Amino acid sequence: MLAKVMDVTEARSIYQTDYLRLKKERSGQRNAWTHKIRDEAMACFAKLGFPTNKDEEWRFTNVNPIATHPFEPPQYDIKGLTADAVQRAGLGTLAAGAVVFVNGWFSPELSFLRGIEQEVKVGSLAVALNEGWEWIEAHLARYASYRDHAFVALNTAMMQDGASVYIPPGRLVKEPIHLLFISTPAKKAAVSHPRNIIFIGRGSQATIVENYVGLEKGNYFTNAVTEIVVGENAVLDHYKLQRESEEAFHVATLQARLGRNGNFSSQSISLGGALVRNDVNVVLDGEGSECALNGLYLVSGVQHVDNHTRIDHVRPHGTSRQLYKGVLDGKSSAVFNGKIYVHKGAGKTDARQTNKNLLLSLDARIDTKPQLEIYNNDVKCTHGSTIGQLDQDAVFYLRSRGIGERSARSLLTYAFASDLIGLIRVDSMRAQLDKLLAARLQKDS
Amino acid sequence: MLEIKNLHAKVADSEILRGINLTIRAGEVHAVMGPNGSGKSTLAHVLSGRENYEVTAGEVLYEGKKLLEMTPEVRAREGIFLAFQYPIEIPGVNTTYFLKAALNAVRKHRGFKELDAIEFLALVKERMKIVEMDQGLLNRPINEGFSGGEKKRNEIFQMAVLEPKLAILDETDSGLDIDALRIVANGVNALRSKERAMIVITHYQRLLDYIIPDYVHVLFDGRIVKSGDKKLALELEERGYAWIEEQVQKNQPVNL
Repeated sequence: MLAKVMDVTEARSIYQTDYLRLKKERSGQRNAWTHKIRDEAMACFAKLGFPTNKDEEWRFTNVNPIATHPFEPPQYDIKGLTADAVQRAGLGTLAAGAVVFVNGWFSPELSFLRGIEQEVKVGSLAVALNEGWEWIEAHLARYASYRDHAFVALNTAMMQDGASVYIPPGRLVKEPIHLLFISTPAKKAAVSHPRNIIFIGRGSQATIVENYVGLEKGNYFTNAVTEIVVGENAVLDHYKLQRESEEAFHVATLQARLGRNGNFSSQSISLGGALVRNDVNVVLDGEGSECALNGLYLVSGVQHVDNHTRIDHVRPHGTSRQLYKGVLDGKSSAVFNGKIYVHKGAGKTDARQTNKNLLLSLDARIDTKPQLEIYNNDVKCTHGSTIGQLDQDAVFYLRSRGIGERSARSLLTYAFASDLIGLIRVDSMRAQLDKLLAARLQKDS
Repeated sequence: MLEIKNLHAKVADSEILRGINLTIRAGEVHAVMGPNGSGKSTLAHVLSGRENYEVTAGEVLYEGKKLLEMTPEVRAREGIFLAFQYPIEIPGVNTTYFLKAALNAVRKHRGFKELDAIEFLALVKERMKIVEMDQGLLNRPINEGFSGGEKKRNEIFQMAVLEPKLAILDETDSGLDIDALRIVANGVNALRSKERAMIVITHYQRLLDYIIPDYVHVLFDGRIVKSGDKKLALELEERGYAWIEEQVQKNQPVNL
């Protein structure tokens, strides 16, 4: 007999029930403003429902496995989570400290901040909300749109914890701030809605790593939203590493707003997960602001990874660069959808977008869709995408020197993907990811 | 060392090799000459195991073993080396890394200890001198941005590192200016030995002024129609290939 499969309406009613439970728990607490936003977001989710393939933004990604699963609320459980396991999850780059979350909940036991919190405010969003920081009220849920994105709406309604990072103006934070989200699969699959808010003050510079890791096999659902404000003349290097369990679902939206001469770079590296969707949306909302969005997705088996980017050039003299590369093996599939939207007032925009895909198997599938919408005549915009197989001449060349066919193929695949790893400016993380990539390609080939 | 018997091969339904017979012993250098389209490069590729070619008849014995049943990498590990006519660029693959992996695959196969990074670099530095290679090229991706001459030198350099028993040089001279040609030829000569055989495939006699062959074979229309010593190469230089073509078409034995 087949296990009971829920229909979408039934699954949605579970979120409604959970929501009402959370609302009850919250009643009487401070932060009335978030209650209002949550109610609005929940109403939006009820209206939107989960997207289907009829929705243009979800044409190639079927979220039915998520929409029909009755996920449990997440449990905080750090049994068996050793310091060693945490370091491994953090790719050995946690020297400067890390804000650690377990199944979506801030872990005071596992987090350690080597004095960094003295100069900047880094920690749990739940705690920060409770303390009533003004800057959070000014920015939380002001950028990521819950009105037209069902998963953002769901996150906004259900959010309980996540990271809050506040860098005051004029600070140079040298060590990367590591936000580590560890999932430990439970008997019954759970959903967490990590909500992160990052503010980089005027003229400040920081590096933030947002790292999602599944430590064991098993199904669960991570539905994350990260809002980033890069102030005037501020610089943020953001790294998003996604290494969820191979059975997990991961949907994440990163929404960044850049002020005048703000500089934002995003590296999104997606290695894990069964069904993954990453949205990276950047609004260049200040004159002369600049962003670089890079991504690497490695999929095999029956994995599906969907990367959507949207860059809104709103003001003049904005620059954007995008390079996304994919390596697909087995029966995996991937989507790249990159939209560059140049608004009327964004003269002298310079935008470039490239998507390159390497298909290692005949059964793998990539749908790539670059989109330009330009409402200003004085701009420079280019985009291009390629889909190819390994160069057989190169494979033969390596084999003719004694290198085995499997090694030759993995060496060439590594060569294709490694330039994106090379863009990582955190030395220790680059070295670790480089190793991880090489090992992964050895395994796949 | 190498026995080619009645070798027939085709590519995409057209028969290129139509009965090659050739025996090569250790220490010998054989030049294979012939006009364009005679099958010279096809012979090189069939011997090195390129997949686009289908062998339809005949066999090749290498040190008594059936060569055609080996994968390209096993042939390389057994000691066969092809210097490519058009060495390809492989962006992203570092030359040192590639060559160390190749050498250690070969050494492992032959039962030698694999070299560590320091031993490997010492070997490489010594062998670079043979073709006057610039050490900076080692840190670049394979052949990326190399000039034609640098690519050909890199081929001979790789040969010097891998120390094959049988080297096949596929038009290593074509496209080289006289200085580059001299460097490449000097490199090849430095690698001549009693244990090593070479097949030097060329369109022009010029290379054979520098690499003196023990035997010269003329390949025409997929068959060796004439064999001789180095004087045959001079004859070809003087008279071109047309007279051979005529005689073959008249179905006459080819006489000087």
